[in-house]
Amino acid sequence: MLYREAGQFKTSYAADQALLPILQDRVGLLLIMVVAFVLIPWLASDFFIGSIMIPFLVFTLAAVGLNILTGYAGQLSLGTGAFMGVGAYACYKLTTYFPDINIILLVLFSGVFSAAVGVVFGLPSLRIKGLYLAITTLAAQFFLEWCFIRIGWLYNHNDSGAIEVPQRMLFDIVITGASATPTVRYLVIAVLVAVMTLVAANVLRGRIGRSWMMIRDMDIAAELMGIRPLRAKLSAFAFSSYYCGVAGALMVFFWIGSAEAEAFDINHSLLVLFMVIIGGMGSLLGCFLGAAFIWVLPIAIKIIPGLLGLDVMAATTEHLANIIIGILIIFFLIVEPHGLARLWQIAKEKLRTWPFPYANS
Amino acid sequence: MKKTTLLALAAGAIAVSSWVPVVQAQDSLYMPSMTYRTGPFAGGGIPFADGYADYFNMLNERDGGINGVKIVVEECETAYNAQKGVECYEATKGKGALAYSPLSTGITLALVPKAPVDEIPIFSMGYGLSAAAAGDKFPWTFVYPASYWSQLSSILKYIDQNGGVKGKKIGFIYLDAAYGKEPIPLLDKLAESMGFEVAKFPVGGKEMQNQSSQWLNVRKERPDWMIMWGWGAMNPTAIKEAAKIRFPLDRFIGNWWAGSHNDLKAVGEAGKGYLAANFSGIGQDFPAVQDVLTHVVRKGLSQVASEDDVGNVLYNRGMFNAVILAEGIRVAQEKTGKKIITGADMRDGLENIDLNEERLTELGLAGFTGAVQGSCADHEGNGAIFIQQWNGSDWEKISDLIPPMADVVRPMLEEAAEDFVSDKPSWQGQTCG
Amino acid sequence: MEMLHSIFVGPFVEMAAYPDFFLQVVWEGFVAGVLYSLIALGFVLIYKASGVFNFAQGIMVVFAALALVSLHEMGVPAWLSVILALGIMGVLAIGVERLMLRKLVNQHDAILLMATIGLTLILKGTGQLIFGGEPKPMITEQLGLPTGSTDWEVFGGIVIFQHIDIAAAVVAMVMVLALGVFFSKTRIGRALRAVADDHQAALSVGISLNQIWAIVWFASGIVALVTGIMWGARSEVSFALEIIALKALAVLILGGFTSIPGAIVGGLVIGIGEKVFEVYWGALFGSGVEAWFAYVLALIFLLFRPQGLFGERIIERV
Repeated sequence: MLYREAGQFKTSYAADQALLPILQDRVGLLLIMVVAFVLIPWLASDFFIGSIMIPFLVFTLAAVGLNILTGYAGQLSLGTGAFMGVGAYACYKLTTYFPDINIILLVLFSGVFSAAVGVVFGLPSLRIKGLYLAITTLAAQFFLEWCFIRIGWLYNHNDSGAIEVPQRMLFDIVITGASATPTVRYLVIAVLVAVMTLVAANVLRGRIGRSWMMIRDMDIAAELMGIRPLRAKLSAFAFSSYYCGVAGALMVFFWIGSAEAEAFDINHSLLVLFMVIIGGMGSLLGCFLGAAFIWVLPIAIKIIPGLLGLDVMAATTEHLANIIIGILIIFFLIVEPHGLARLWQIAKEKLRTWPFPYANS
Repeated sequence: MKKTTLLALAAGAIAVSSWVPVVQAQDSLYMPSMTYRTGPFAGGGIPFADGYADYFNMLNERDGGINGVKIVVEECETAYNAQKGVECYEATKGKGALAYSPLSTGITLALVPKAPVDEIPIFSMGYGLSAAAAGDKFPWTFVYPASYWSQLSSILKYIDQNGGVKGKKIGFIYLDAAYGKEPIPLLDKLAESMGFEVAKFPVGGKEMQNQSSQWLNVRKERPDWMIMWGWGAMNPTAIKEAAKIRFPLDRFIGNWWAGSHNDLKAVGEAGKGYLAANFSGIGQDFPAVQDVLTHVVRKGLSQVASEDDVGNVLYNRGMFNAVILAEGIRVAQEKTGKKIITGADMRDGLENIDLNEERLTELGLAGFTGAVQGSCADHEGNGAIFIQQWNGSDWEKISDLIPPMADVVRPMLEEAAEDFVSDKPSWQGQTCG
Repeated sequence: MEMLHSIFVGPFVEMAAYPDFFLQVVWEGFVAGVLYSLIALGFVLIYKASGVFNFAQGIMVVFAALALVSLHEMGVPAWLSVILALGIMGVLAIGVERLMLRKLVNQHDAILLMATIGLTLILKGTGQLIFGGEPKPMITEQLGLPTGSTDWEVFGGIVIFQHIDIAAAVVAMVMVLALGVFFSKTRIGRALRAVADDHQAALSVGISLNQIWAIVWFASGIVALVTGIMWGARSEVSFALEIIALKALAVLILGGFTSIPGAIVGGLVIGIGEKVFEVYWGALFGSGVEAWFAYVLALIFLLFRPQGLFGERIIERV
């Protein structure tokens, strides 16, 4: 009733193939955009923008990257953190050499380096599959992490061994560095994430995206039908790593402000993997939901005792948060193994027939 | 894309909740405590956080706070993770936080640039960025009582006094991360000027409990002394491995994060002879520690597991962290004449801190540590360290206070600070005072 | 030229010049390898019987060892602590089977993997909540494990053997033998192998999958406890121990996910390989190469043999 496509007639192929063919979806997206670009920057507190929305969007972008590889192309990867690191270090080196070029362009360009590294470590995927491949991506993870520590050139031989974000401007507004306000940083990230998600959505439903999904569903069959596994798999690695690299650069330049190699360790990779699986493999929406679930929920859990006026120790809430998240993960997997995105899909089906669940729509 | 609205609602709820605590009664001094009671380094984080909280609580219980104003300590769990640390910072800075002790090099590096913007000082007690000792370049960061570089120079002085370093080979085993690498520039420089050879043994963060190859390398290199920049599970493993290859433990010195009771408990008798640097007194024999026992621990107001843990190396160090901050508050109150101070006042207070022997005795901490006197330009305050030795069941202080080689370290610190500032135009306007 | 020399000549000259030291390096690598094998063994047991890639194996090691040490701290005698710790792992195994595996039958690999990650978080939280996050010393002596060392004078030098390391090797060997006997001689063991071969066929001849799963999880719980004791004796029992389990993943690649001999051979190859490489070639790369050596070795190896050393050949059909 509320969510019906009945009566929405398409008169051209273009309209039929649109990204959001149903009016309700378009309205919904518009509402979200209003919330994201007007209400949040206007009303929300610095803490909400800086510690919830910014990390949420950064992780979303990383999850989109990993989801392209794992959810759409079927190649399990545990090296996301390292690929994000490549982006971050590349961006740092670029802005050191070209301080006058706009930092946003450099962020976008730094993804290219991470894509190149991704292709190199993607080569084994031509022979190795499944869990075995997942563990070989660990080689990328640990080798790159070691490089971030060992190659002083990457962090300009700083005594601290970490990369520190310099101040950069856009139209006389400070957008990176400590004096950039959370709202400004948030808006930069939000625009990039929105645009890149749109690009991903279009790539995924195009020729390349379909070739990835064929490889995922059955690579030998795909090959027989004329998909080149070499090109499909490596392009998936390149695309995915590009997104991860940009997310990594955003993480350092627009969120934390400095990073040592530890920031890109295996736990970071796992965190993004959790998001993809919980959110839903092979779903862009799932990336948003997964990132929100894994990043926002623990913060919410930690805030709750304070709101109830309970005096629970910080460490105890941390333990409890771990336990609750763990239980929720298992619970969700049992209830809906295809992730949160699938839950939404089911909800949509229900909405379509509401309030007459037995009527044919 | 609409389920995101649900999400936005949920997020909105959190947003509202995160607005609420900002409205806080302004009749107390708010002191955030970044703890890491969880994760792989919890062994170090727990006693430190206990000492920190207990000292402030003792001031509240015994004196009714500082100059009659109660201190509110709120813990925020970072698990030693930079992202969570930044989150803690953002969550608490709006509540009138007076100073942050980030307790992890990663978090410190992330917070140092934020301090001047938010006008809240960072007190990284003897860790973090060594260069921050140059107060004229880093007005908002403090590293009392001594930076890593000063400490290393004191350790080398100790070695020099006990057999000389000239012509010797000194091994340096360190956690392969920003923290462990921090003293290397100074080590290389001193090697040249003092005429010793250096052999470096990095231990990866994942190899902390798996160090046999590093120690095989030590056996191959045969250094005369070993210095360790270790942390967490790395320390007991290293000491056990050293004992295994029969390296003389009385020639093996840990820095002040590699010499706690927790580290040696797992080693026990086998660690007899091992040395470590320290700058905060050991044991319960200080009036201030006794006050903590009477007013806090025995009243059940502490999180500490047992009374015996009070007085441990890291407990006392956490307490010392609180002592300096409390002193900073007091100085700030006196200078400004206000009871409720701001972060900027606190910075002023910390800069003018003067913990001389007389003052330490007043605080009930005579002989606890060396005198710490800050100034605009000097944010490490001449702190000296002493060397302690493990006797198989407890730590014993075995040396007098060893002041750092200021003549070598200070110019290097200033140079490093200059370096740090040089590519940051926005940073250059800052001065101390 | 000098570079080539230090890669192809120098290290071998050094090995030949100080054979005692070389032996020591190999021995240390062997011991580390045995311990890697033990962790890998826990993975293999579960993977074989249920197709679950158990990410929680690392935290199970910590959990079991912490339970043991904490029980002893509360005044329980050492032998009883061992039994109680085993009991806890048994309860855990049954719990995992009842509340998790049973409900996730027939799901995709990644989903089962994810469920064990959920389990990891739960164990991490409960472990720290119950036992506290502070590291604890392993009760080596109370368990009757030997301490001290023996010197072996050879080639004009000495090789030092720690008794605890010898004990670790012996215990590991006994355990592998016991598992071997268990698998080949007992009814449950045979049922287990049947399940590993074909779930549905096993079900149709009346083998209870649920029971088998609980048993393998318990078995890998036992392996976890032993691993925890041995690693704990080398340093301490703390949550940092969890990270070491990642090394076992490289062992698994090398040995194959389903092969017990593979886990052992893989562990030894990686243990010895990484120590020798770190000591003789590490300096060329600026040291610390252990962090990635195992994985890169496994990766290169896989390029030639994608199913691992002893893994089952995968035949794909459209």
